[in-house]
Amino acid sequence: MAERSAPRAWRTPGLVLLAVVLLASPPFLSAYWVGLLTQVVILGILAMSLDLLIGYTGLPSLGHAGFFGVAAYGVGVLSTTYHAGVWASVTGGLLTGTLLAALFGLIVSHVRDVYFLMITMALGMVLWGLSFRWIPVTGGDNGISGIPRLEGLVGLPVSGPVPFYYVALAVFAVCGGLMMLLVRSPFGLTLQGIREQEPRMRSLGFNTWLHSYLSYVGAGLFASIAGIMWAYYNGFVSPTYLDLTASSELFLMVTLGGPSTLVGPVIGAAAIVILKNVMSAYTARWLLILGIIYIVTILWAPQGLWNLGGRSKAE
Amino acid sequence: MTYFIVQSLNGLFSAALLFLIASGLTLAFGVMRIVNIAHGSFYMLGVYVAYTVAARTSSLLAGTLLAVLVVAAVGFMMQRLFLRRLTAQPLPQMMMTMGFALFFRDAALMIWGGDPFTLATPSWLAGAMEAGAVVFPKYRLFVIVVAALVGAGLWIVSERTLIGARVRATVDDPEIAAATGINVARLSGGVFAAGAALAAFGGVMGGPIIGGYAGMDFDLLPLAFVVVIIGGMGSLKGALIGAIVVGMIDNFGKALVPELSYFTLFAPMVLMLALKPTGLYGRA
Repeated sequence: MAERSAPRAWRTPGLVLLAVVLLASPPFLSAYWVGLLTQVVILGILAMSLDLLIGYTGLPSLGHAGFFGVAAYGVGVLSTTYHAGVWASVTGGLLTGTLLAALFGLIVSHVRDVYFLMITMALGMVLWGLSFRWIPVTGGDNGISGIPRLEGLVGLPVSGPVPFYYVALAVFAVCGGLMMLLVRSPFGLTLQGIREQEPRMRSLGFNTWLHSYLSYVGAGLFASIAGIMWAYYNGFVSPTYLDLTASSELFLMVTLGGPSTLVGPVIGAAAIVILKNVMSAYTARWLLILGIIYIVTILWAPQGLWNLGGRSKAE
Repeated sequence: MTYFIVQSLNGLFSAALLFLIASGLTLAFGVMRIVNIAHGSFYMLGVYVAYTVAARTSSLLAGTLLAVLVVAAVGFMMQRLFLRRLTAQPLPQMMMTMGFALFFRDAALMIWGGDPFTLATPSWLAGAMEAGAVVFPKYRLFVIVVAALVGAGLWIVSERTLIGARVRATVDDPEIAAATGINVARLSGGVFAAGAALAAFGGVMGGPIIGGYAGMDFDLLPLAFVVVIIGGMGSLKGALIGAIVVGMIDNFGKALVPELSYFTLFAPMVLMLALKPTGLYGRA
């Protein structure tokens, strides 16, 4: 994967602009655009969590939407079928997603490269199949609807798209901050060492299996948080949250934005969310366009948008 | 006992289709180190093209031939115009094939619509064979025989011809192969096209039973991956054994514990990964 290259002059103003838009713009926007921004921050968390795997540890996961979807189902099932309270639902969703990551991690953590890719994809398909066929619990293709709104449940005096957006933004800020700390910690540096030269890290005495495992579980944890927020945002859960298209859209967010930057994936998420919604006003052929974006990105911006304008490839 | 034999034959039928499709996937991986996410798309395009041609010409043979040729051409162009720019970069290559997979999926929906269909069974293969108490559809037996013939053909080409020797040399070590004068780029285009053709052929062979429907590409892909993971990437023999294992397990799993069908399928893969991550005949 790409080495992190020299800082670029336009990055700081870019970050400031991004922060200002995220913080200050919603009260002035229509409900439609507030909704899109909410999607951006929630999927931003998800894309950052995948970046932990792809960008920092060098593990290309093609089943990451699985944890996102399973956590969303956790919230859906608990809050509708069992009428659980909001904290019980959130905890349940978080535990379901994270424990599943802890289980899958045992299977995938000693596998690398293309094998990792194929296995995570197959496991993702298992989860999708489960959501689709375990009809008594998941409702099958119909999904689960009627998830109550979050703002009232957590005790906010106001409700509606804008308050929900700020809740999501707060979660985004906390998760983003935690992931930023994580990748700069000695643990995070070890992950990057594994990405660059696993045999050397092993011979230096690092337990590379354990580091990969923890990275996988951590990514699953943050993906679960995003899934919980997504369930409350839509009030609805369905198998499309965790199918292969979802996982590949997510993969593209990270690649398009710029892997191993954390900021890049958020920009990638914003680009995909906005493009998807704007294009869907004109055409139903979103997957066709997504496929073309994939091909164009790989050919002309393989390091991602956030890495544009620097050295094309560091050795 | 009769039940067991019929289910085994059904399993062999699934294995035959899986072998046709996975052999193309494993060949492309062996020569180019490409994980081809668009392989399921080739399978889907195969049956759709055959359906269109057969509807126009009312000839299944013409449909089959054209499907194989068209999809081989698509694969060849994809390799020559796009994938070749990313030689020896497995992850970008994989992502590019994913772009193509999404593109083909939606293009097929746009061109052919989402309605499911099946190909007609050739009249001379309609009906069933009877051997004692065992009654089995002729068409399924036919597919098993055809897949066995294709497998034998692939084996002969691989072991007994110059092209096969070049392919094996490239699978072993692309750089040394290139140094001995093998045109690896051209060989890669050919192998990728052949892999696409095999997938399309698999789609057509399954056409009278599985048919075509929206989403068939991504339904098949994990199955083909499980076959290749079990058998080992790049190995034809592995694809054969993997296909039989997966075909049998899938079939008996569905018959005996239908609720767990996905799990019974992925369990052997997980087991294989735990014991030998490179698969039965794969190289590290």
